[in-house]
Amino acid sequence: MPSALILAPFLSLIILNLFPKEIMRKIAFGWVACLLLLQILLIVLYPGILFGAAGDPIGSFFAFELFIDALSKLLLLSIAIVVLASLTVAQYAIKDQTQRFNFTNLILIILIGMNATVIVTDLFSLYLFIEITSLSSFILISILKDKPAIEGAFKYLMLSVIASVFMLTSIAIFLLVSGSTSFAAVSDSFKNPANAFLVQIAAGLFLCALFIKSGVFPFHGWLPDAHSACPTPVSVLLSGIVVKAGGIYVLARLATSVFTFSAAMQNVLMFIGAFSIVFGALAALTQSNFKRMLAYSTVSQVGYMVLALGCFTPLALAGAVFHLFNHAIFKSLLFVNAGAVEKQTGTLDMNRMGGLSSQMPVTSTTSVIASLSAAGVPPLAGFWSKLIIILALWNAGHQTYAGIALVSSILTLAYLLAIQRKVFFGKLEQTLTSIKEAPLAIVLPEILLATITIAVGLSFPFIFNNWILPLKELVH
Amino acid sequence: MSPDLAQLFEYFLIFIILLFVIGFYCILVSFNLIRILIGVEILIKAATLLIILAGFLCGRTALAQSIVITLIVIEIVFMVVGGGVTFWAFRHNEDIDPRKLSDLKG
Amino acid sequence: MTLDFILLSVLVLAALWTVMTIRLIHSIVGLAITSVILSIIMYRLNSPLAAVFELSVCAGLISVIFIIAVGFTERTSKKMFPAERKERLTRFWYLPFIIIAAALLMSQFLIVPHFELPPPAESQNVRNVLWNLKHLDLLGQVIVLLAGAFGVAVLFKESKK
Repeated sequence: MPSALILAPFLSLIILNLFPKEIMRKIAFGWVACLLLLQILLIVLYPGILFGAAGDPIGSFFAFELFIDALSKLLLLSIAIVVLASLTVAQYAIKDQTQRFNFTNLILIILIGMNATVIVTDLFSLYLFIEITSLSSFILISILKDKPAIEGAFKYLMLSVIASVFMLTSIAIFLLVSGSTSFAAVSDSFKNPANAFLVQIAAGLFLCALFIKSGVFPFHGWLPDAHSACPTPVSVLLSGIVVKAGGIYVLARLATSVFTFSAAMQNVLMFIGAFSIVFGALAALTQSNFKRMLAYSTVSQVGYMVLALGCFTPLALAGAVFHLFNHAIFKSLLFVNAGAVEKQTGTLDMNRMGGLSSQMPVTSTTSVIASLSAAGVPPLAGFWSKLIIILALWNAGHQTYAGIALVSSILTLAYLLAIQRKVFFGKLEQTLTSIKEAPLAIVLPEILLATITIAVGLSFPFIFNNWILPLKELVH
Repeated sequence: MSPDLAQLFEYFLIFIILLFVIGFYCILVSFNLIRILIGVEILIKAATLLIILAGFLCGRTALAQSIVITLIVIEIVFMVVGGGVTFWAFRHNEDIDPRKLSDLKG
Repeated sequence: MTLDFILLSVLVLAALWTVMTIRLIHSIVGLAITSVILSIIMYRLNSPLAAVFELSVCAGLISVIFIIAVGFTERTSKKMFPAERKERLTRFWYLPFIIIAAALLMSQFLIVPHFELPPPAESQNVRNVLWNLKHLDLLGQVIVLLAGAFGVAVLFKESKK
């Protein structure tokens, strides 16, 4: 029953805040972790309960109109994994009990927002839940109220509100020409040739809003500041899933089922995607702050997804969504490593680090695994998704874009190996000889995420048949 | 569509675009964080008017009104969060000048 | 028709005054006046419930929030006031001219593309739509308000050290 994905966290939120605080604080982490584990298990092992033959008794009582297909399933799995990793890291990264409880509540709200974004069928409800996700991420970025975080939150706020205004204008135009905001009505409005001009303007405005939310090249200004200045669990959440559930998933859903893209718009998507890839990679090479370099890497990887979506063949769409899942895993892993290093050494400046691999073995091994997956080295998961994207581009006749994607993988490898060399390998600095490995709360998600990357990479043929092939039916 | 409805739409559209221009100008040129928030308010009001106009022209005023009511609720929370962030910016900088919020570079 | 035209012009003038005025408190009052005029325009466009909401919330609650925010962020020294005023006037001086130029250009050259409206449906009550058809929006509103409550708890509560 899809409505359980929204109602279960909502009821947990109410129960967690209704009862006396002392008891609830102790069980809050366990309760939310169980909820997320339940979501992961149901999607992987028993998908029939959540969507399919069982129907939706609660949902039909309430007149929710929700719909889950292969695209939503993959997104729901990524959301649950990344939110669980973020929650576990927060047990160590946020010291104060009250703040940790507020963090848990806000994570529940973001969970509701993102779960709902991937399963609604109405354009205005989509906007509403994207706003819920954005509002709670502003609050989460400034949860520790230090100066860089406030600055990052303000820049994100400004750009996000411009995106919201564009989306609202687009919704108003669709209301004008079709009389309703549901996906079915909007996609019908594209078929009426008398409205073609207005409808293309509305689609273009909505696309601009999604570019701002995803952080691709012309509108990426908020991304490095917001993602590097916030506390580690929030960085994991933002880079790992909010940018993608709010931005790239919506783009994929609108491109396949709702809007009908003209050839000009597809070219714009591919150009912006390719530009973001190269710009993000080059900018990442010049950074000396660990998290800022990872934030620019997010810009670059999101460029891959936008490039594949612009190509618009079934294989390219499958590649884009699979890359979304892989990026959620390996980017979260990299941010968890950055958080571990920051907590143990007290700094994020890579020029002052070196040789930490002897002191923090688990962190450095998982970091190497994540970097190799990001760069597309076989047999890890990232290799398969990049291969699919490059093959799809080549087959569709865009050989230059395929070449750019291939060369940028080498750039990706370059800056990620630069991180490894500066932080983990090399000679051990004198000041760092007393650093110990990070505690279990951080090491456990690292091991789990690395295991998922390796497992997905090794079992790729099995995953291809069950999870990736159904995605190809979306594009007709 | 009847001609006087079309003319009504054209008049409204001109004024809505003027409101958008005022809002964007206010956000871009302002040196005071609270005035930037006021500019955001004006932008959202312009979008609200556009939605109500769209609902009126196609006859679905009920749908447009429910959209606008939800939008106003989002707007309140947005202003509260924006006010909170401004408050902490003031506490750190002793000033609400957005030009002072430029520590993160590169 | 002419009444709509007058109302819209007053709306744009009020927004212009809100943005250009020097004292922040005048700006907030201007925002409230803009909300009132917008509410009247919405009432004339057959949307009474939204008009009442806009009036009570935007002209009331948001002005109160802004006045509290201004109260919290009072600058301690007022010595810069006359120099600031002069600098402000030069920056915002361009705005009325931009507005008049844009208005003239658009009234001459703006061609609204011909479009078709959807077939008329039976008119519904707002209460019916909101409470029976759009439950997801209602749930979303409740969650937004909860997020706002947590925002206040996080951002405005001083931690006891």
